[in-house]
Amino acid sequence: MKKNSKAPGASGDNHFQLRLYVAGQTPRSLAALSNLRRICATHLDGRYRIEVIDLIKNPQLAQGDQILAIPTLVRNLPKPLRKIIGDLSDTERVLVGLDLRDLQARKAGA
Amino acid sequence: MARRNTIAHHDIPALEKAPTGIPGLDQISGGGLPKGRTTIVCGGPGCGKTMLGLEFLVRGATEFNEPGVLIAFEETPEEMARNVASLGFDLKDLADRKKLYLDYVYLEPSEIQETGEYDLEGLFIRLQHAVDKVGAKRVMLDTLEALFSGFSNPGILRAEIRRLFRWIKEKGFTTIVTAEKGEGTLTRHGLEEYVSDCVILLDHRITEQISTRRMRIVKYRGTKHGADEYPFLIDEHGMSVLPVTSMDLQHKVSNQRVPTGIPDLDAMLERKGYFRGSSILVSGAAGSGKTILAATFAEAACKRGERCLYIGFEESMDQIARNMKSVGINFEPWVKKDLLVHRAWRPTQYGIEMHLLRIHKLIEKFKPDNIVIDPITNLITASTEKDVHSMLMRLMDFLKENGVTSLFTSLSNVGEIAESEVGISSLIDSWISLRYTEIFGKRHRGLFVLKSRGMAHSTQLREMIITSKGVKLGPANALLAYRDRERDPQADIDSAPVTKKVQIKSVRRGSPSKTRSARGAQ
Repeated sequence: MKKNSKAPGASGDNHFQLRLYVAGQTPRSLAALSNLRRICATHLDGRYRIEVIDLIKNPQLAQGDQILAIPTLVRNLPKPLRKIIGDLSDTERVLVGLDLRDLQARKAGA
Repeated sequence: MARRNTIAHHDIPALEKAPTGIPGLDQISGGGLPKGRTTIVCGGPGCGKTMLGLEFLVRGATEFNEPGVLIAFEETPEEMARNVASLGFDLKDLADRKKLYLDYVYLEPSEIQETGEYDLEGLFIRLQHAVDKVGAKRVMLDTLEALFSGFSNPGILRAEIRRLFRWIKEKGFTTIVTAEKGEGTLTRHGLEEYVSDCVILLDHRITEQISTRRMRIVKYRGTKHGADEYPFLIDEHGMSVLPVTSMDLQHKVSNQRVPTGIPDLDAMLERKGYFRGSSILVSGAAGSGKTILAATFAEAACKRGERCLYIGFEESMDQIARNMKSVGINFEPWVKKDLLVHRAWRPTQYGIEMHLLRIHKLIEKFKPDNIVIDPITNLITASTEKDVHSMLMRLMDFLKENGVTSLFTSLSNVGEIAESEVGISSLIDSWISLRYTEIFGKRHRGLFVLKSRGMAHSTQLREMIITSKGVKLGPANALLAYRDRERDPQADIDSAPVTKKVQIKSVRRGSPSKTRSARGAQ
């Protein structure tokens, strides 16, 4: 597991710090991770960092981010904290959950 | 005090039980909750669900060496700890000593976006992690139904809850799941469909401005359990359920006798007095001398070196002590020797069940050989007659089971037997009735034994004479003698009952047989 460290300049509004909580290498977890990577690559253009936390290996970490559902994606930054649960197969809802839809709309309008 | 399992001995020991340690609950459930299985505790808001669960965990950890895990969905551990601090439970201390693990599950639906398939593996992992931390044998989920407001997909939730219960069963945690009562269903989200081992329903009712909590075991697979509603209380020592202490009448009876404190009255009871462990009622109108009789009994017990608990519902204890000095009864030395404990409180101060519980607790603490309740009729002001009757029945059963000789006083109207007394008469072994006889402008106190089970008691009406040195009984025919003296003796003879005729004759003869009958020989 990678430790969440704040890189200098990484706390800016448009830098995304994401954590994906999974429980073992289940098909659903793998699907969630690949969906997340795809969405980030498309919409965040390098302004993101993904941390994958496997609760089977680190069960004590479930408490901190109040994880119940698996998989759960937590957006730690930018604030406020957001949680998206499920395999992230519904791209549109993931974008809503990450507050990226407005951004998208602005881009489209520009 | 030993708690008998009045139900358990009927069972085939098939199902292992995890004792709750909650007084009374283990009794009605035949030993506790089903071990390694899930019990649903349901009821409306404020009915005591969380309290029951917490006490189950705390007592498990402290009394049965079974550490516990609390997964709280609605209150933070700090809030929870504060709530139960008043019951003497120190959750933080238990957590520090690794007897208890608290995990607060925070659910904020507005923070969560659902996208596609998920499960609740995170909850399983947290539960397992918590259990591993303290080696837990007991688990409480309070309240699992909060999940339904946190997640929008009921299909996934139901499947996961079903999986959770199965998993708990496989792991063998004795679990309490609390749930809110639904409309026409036991729980709002029908959790009882998933758990079929044990369901306990709690209820909190207000009747005539006095609140009563009740508990019912709706279902307990594989166990014969008490099916009634049992009142319970939550006080500074936690929860207590008040079962009818014995469902079977199986008290061991004693042939030992307990003097009444009045030799003349002993004489009326085969010269020996009451049976030990029996219940005695002293009834009479205001001022007929009930309290004096009760106090005499109490003092006599202390003089024999026995312990007596005196509960007053009418007068403060100082007042009783002062008044009794005028008839030569001094409580002080016995209080100092710890043989006499007296407590007084207002009957309206609590609901009827609270009275019962307070008395229970005093008895368990003080372990008296004798108890006086003066007067028992005042309890009726605290509740309905039916409830009082059921309370007294349970109280008397409890006293008998513990071999405590009990004396109750009861206020009745002049010359009548109060209805309330009729209600409890079947519970009473010996009944002393006090009455007035007015004879030409003077009031005389009369005493007779209305009934006394298991002995050949006197049926005479005796004059009760209260002196500064205690109570004496006049000669058997004294009351009639007064009448004789005042009236033409011939006038009454024809209309008087046969027994009285005999007595009157002896009076007129002025024979020494007077003395013999005064002894109560029949």
